[in-house]
Amino acid sequence: MKINTVLATAAVLGLTAPAFAETEITWWHAMGGALGETVEQIATDFNASQDDYKITPIFKGTYEEALTAGIAAFRAGEQPNILQVFDAGAATVIGAKGAAVPVQDLLANNDVAFDINDYIAGVRYFYADKDGKMIGMPFNSSTPIMYFNEDALAKAGVTAPVTWEEFQTVTAPALKEAGYIPMSQSHLPWIFTENFFSRHNLEFANNNNGYDAPATEIKVNHPAIKAHFQALVDWKEAGLFEWYGTGWGDNATPFENGEVAMWLGSSGSFGGLQAKVDFPFSAAKLPYWEAVTAEPKQTFIGGAALFAMAGKSAEENKATAEFFKFLTSADTQYFWHQKTGYVPITEAAYELAQKDGHYDRFPAAEVGIQQLSLPAGEFTKGYRMGFYVQIRDVMNREYGRILTGETTVEDGFANIEAEANKLLARFAKTQG
Amino acid sequence: MKRAGFANPWLPILLLVPQLTIIAVFFYWPAAHAIQSSFFLQDPFGFGSTFVGLENYADLLGNKEYLKVAGFTVVFTLLVTFLSLGLALLLAVKADNVIRGAKTYRTLLMWVYAVAPPVAGFIGILMFDQSTGPLTAFFQSLGWDFKLGVVYSDTAFAMVTVSVWKQVPVNFIFFLSGLHSIPVAVREAALIDNRSASGRFWDVTFPLLAPTGFFLLITNITYALFDTFGVIDTLVKGEPGNNPMNLVYKVYVDGFRGNDLGGSSAQSVILMVLVLALTVFQFRLVERRIHYT
Repeated sequence: MKINTVLATAAVLGLTAPAFAETEITWWHAMGGALGETVEQIATDFNASQDDYKITPIFKGTYEEALTAGIAAFRAGEQPNILQVFDAGAATVIGAKGAAVPVQDLLANNDVAFDINDYIAGVRYFYADKDGKMIGMPFNSSTPIMYFNEDALAKAGVTAPVTWEEFQTVTAPALKEAGYIPMSQSHLPWIFTENFFSRHNLEFANNNNGYDAPATEIKVNHPAIKAHFQALVDWKEAGLFEWYGTGWGDNATPFENGEVAMWLGSSGSFGGLQAKVDFPFSAAKLPYWEAVTAEPKQTFIGGAALFAMAGKSAEENKATAEFFKFLTSADTQYFWHQKTGYVPITEAAYELAQKDGHYDRFPAAEVGIQQLSLPAGEFTKGYRMGFYVQIRDVMNREYGRILTGETTVEDGFANIEAEANKLLARFAKTQG
Repeated sequence: MKRAGFANPWLPILLLVPQLTIIAVFFYWPAAHAIQSSFFLQDPFGFGSTFVGLENYADLLGNKEYLKVAGFTVVFTLLVTFLSLGLALLLAVKADNVIRGAKTYRTLLMWVYAVAPPVAGFIGILMFDQSTGPLTAFFQSLGWDFKLGVVYSDTAFAMVTVSVWKQVPVNFIFFLSGLHSIPVAVREAALIDNRSASGRFWDVTFPLLAPTGFFLLITNITYALFDTFGVIDTLVKGEPGNNPMNLVYKVYVDGFRGNDLGGSSAQSVILMVLVLALTVFQFRLVERRIHYT
């Protein structure tokens, strides 16, 4: 054999075979566009930070598509190591005992320090079980806040409303007078239902919002929220509020164009808004009804969590644990927070952002985390209901009908209650 | 007369095996699976399940929202089928009369055929967009406050329009070739017997086009029932809310978004039975009246 061939072969082998085995893990997520790029960046940084593990993020479409893909893969034994599951789908994963390894156990088994009190108050128990054990690692955590066009408010001579009473009597009429549509919002089930219950500390479902035992009754047919929707109908009639359909973007666009003065969206919309709008904007906390409560509470986190799927080898689980450690480090969290506007999930990252002067530069970026750090109430931990994606679909359908005058507030909420309870009963049977 | 046949009885079966395997794998097996799942309520991950008998079916048939979706599906299917066929026939008859530049017209009319349903839906969104859509602006100039995604009937209008627009070209191609296949002698004879163009059309051309028309009727009903999925999905942006949807989209919403496997399986079985009934009806009743040349 020629010596050249031997050398060439050796060279090729040397190039292709890594010096030692890396453990590879996969991460299915639903972060498109600019968010997806930030996800890629985090993965690249993790891979560069050490030599033992390699994570590959894969974009799987919308939240619903990612969850469905994850479930199908799980049934086929092809599940990823990490699956991103959104708030409304969390009950499906947590309900299926054995689908995910509780993140708290995963970290403990792999000698990664974990203290639930390191996490900011609002995110601690949203993805936890009834004993307070964290099942899913909160990832992109957001909460609904109120963005406003500073020029519009200045022109109308008003400030951001703190209560809905103030909005109704002072802010909205002034904004209308100044030639603006005063308000739009992008997600009726999330902003005006789930977080309405949390902000006003109202019971959303029986069995402690579904934490103690599977919820069998939704408490959505409550006079306070019905009064709120009646107000929306009246405001829409009076030109104080506009609804542009169920789609998120359809309601955000008029705000970005400067037609709508205030928009209720996600704290995670901050990064996108900064890139898109050409007027000065800021944000304030979600208003509340003084008539319902004098002590408004914290809101729920929205967004999604990362679940470590079951059925993976110990080495891969170790890699997942190491990645979670990296992800929850103050530096990574601050990077994610700055880039996207999603809240930092740990107190340490929040302090880092404060120290760095992030909120002096962008006061609006702090509103979400301030709102999540408000006092907790009995019913502000979260909610857990099966088939909740379908329950949200029912809400969207009835709310659309209410706002287009196809049905009344009374009938709409009675329908939601009846259909949702039926879905909860059906879900209970899936667990049998 | 000698009867033609296979000497070995196994040979025809052997020749059919590839086709039968494909049907078995891609139709019978999933269909059997759907029927089985429809009797259960099961955890999406496959951990738990309860046998519920016909409860999934009873829940659907007792649900007024499901019946509303079914009602919309009927209206939508009839409208899309009728309008797609009617417009295509009109265009084909007119294009058949054109002599100068005929090829250009035909190519232009067929073009849309190449557009995939989701892309058609996306073009629909651009045309009907709330703030920038030219058609929305046009309707508003006529005093119609058109709002896609907000008002049920407006979204339904957009769905029908886009679905018809997408389907007309394929019907047009078939009708045109159908017209070409009518013998010149027959047309000339008709010309002598009847001076009225519309009379000639209904007495001679239309019956001779019937085989093409019947084929298109079936394919168009199937199109409106199933293939409009992409159009609907894009127009409602994946979030139906208070907007209309058809039965197939409902299967997707409950099964794939909502992870209700039992309920959506029952829905697919109902659809399967409906399609079966429709097909039997078409071949039993309609096809008998058609004369193939």
